[in-house]
Amino acid sequence: MAEISQAESGADKRPLSPHLQIYKPSITMTMSIVHRITGAGLYFGTLILVWWLASAASGPAAFDFAQSLLGSFLGRLVLFGYTWALFHHMIGGIRHFIWDTGAMLDKHTASKLGWASLAGSVALTLLTWIIGYAVMG
Amino acid sequence: MSMRTPLSRVRGLGSAHEGTGHFWKQRLTAVANIPLTLGLVWFVICALGSSHAQFVASVGNPLVAALLILLIVSGAVHMKLGMQVIIEDYVHGEGAKLAAIMGNIFFCVTAGLIGVLAVLKLSFGG
Repeated sequence: MAEISQAESGADKRPLSPHLQIYKPSITMTMSIVHRITGAGLYFGTLILVWWLASAASGPAAFDFAQSLLGSFLGRLVLFGYTWALFHHMIGGIRHFIWDTGAMLDKHTASKLGWASLAGSVALTLLTWIIGYAVMG
Repeated sequence: MSMRTPLSRVRGLGSAHEGTGHFWKQRLTAVANIPLTLGLVWFVICALGSSHAQFVASVGNPLVAALLILLIVSGAVHMKLGMQVIIEDYVHGEGAKLAAIMGNIFFCVTAGLIGVLAVLKLSFGG
């Protein structure tokens, strides 16, 4: 069976439905995209957790190396982003649980919820780091 | 007239034979991950600047080790489900999609297993 190419069938000339670039970004749309990005980031961020635990299991030298690397400026920067991604994805998930019940789905409430999740994730991240630095002394 | 067999209709699992399995597992692990992740954040804060001996001692607490393993397993399942959705959304070639979905499972199982083994070794005394 000969396959019909897109050009021959005229598929490439068909009108497209409105796409990402057409819409003015809204907070719900942005939070949805950020939820996916933080999810993908956490996916690879898990490697940091596994590497940290594996280094401890490998012995004092490997663990000290991991601790010093994570404690460096760059390490802290990555961990700060990791913390925010964690909280943002967590709050985004809680938002989805609320929506699963059918509540807060109307446009204005959903927008407020979007802003609240962003504010909440930033606040929790800062709080965590303040506690972290306080504990370290 | 339905072309589906009576058994298939009773099972209600649809053409992928999974029903709402993906959605349910995604939500189940998401719920589990909330307290487990908060526990991890607390654990990491406590481990700041700790020596290897202190770290091994803290993972030697069965409660800590159990919560870490639960988080790793629940997290790995959640990761597999989430990345699968991303792959299904953006990878359209059948071959590439199949390879990506397989690679995703290999990644999650391997990362999860290394994490669990590390915690088990630490919990039994490093």
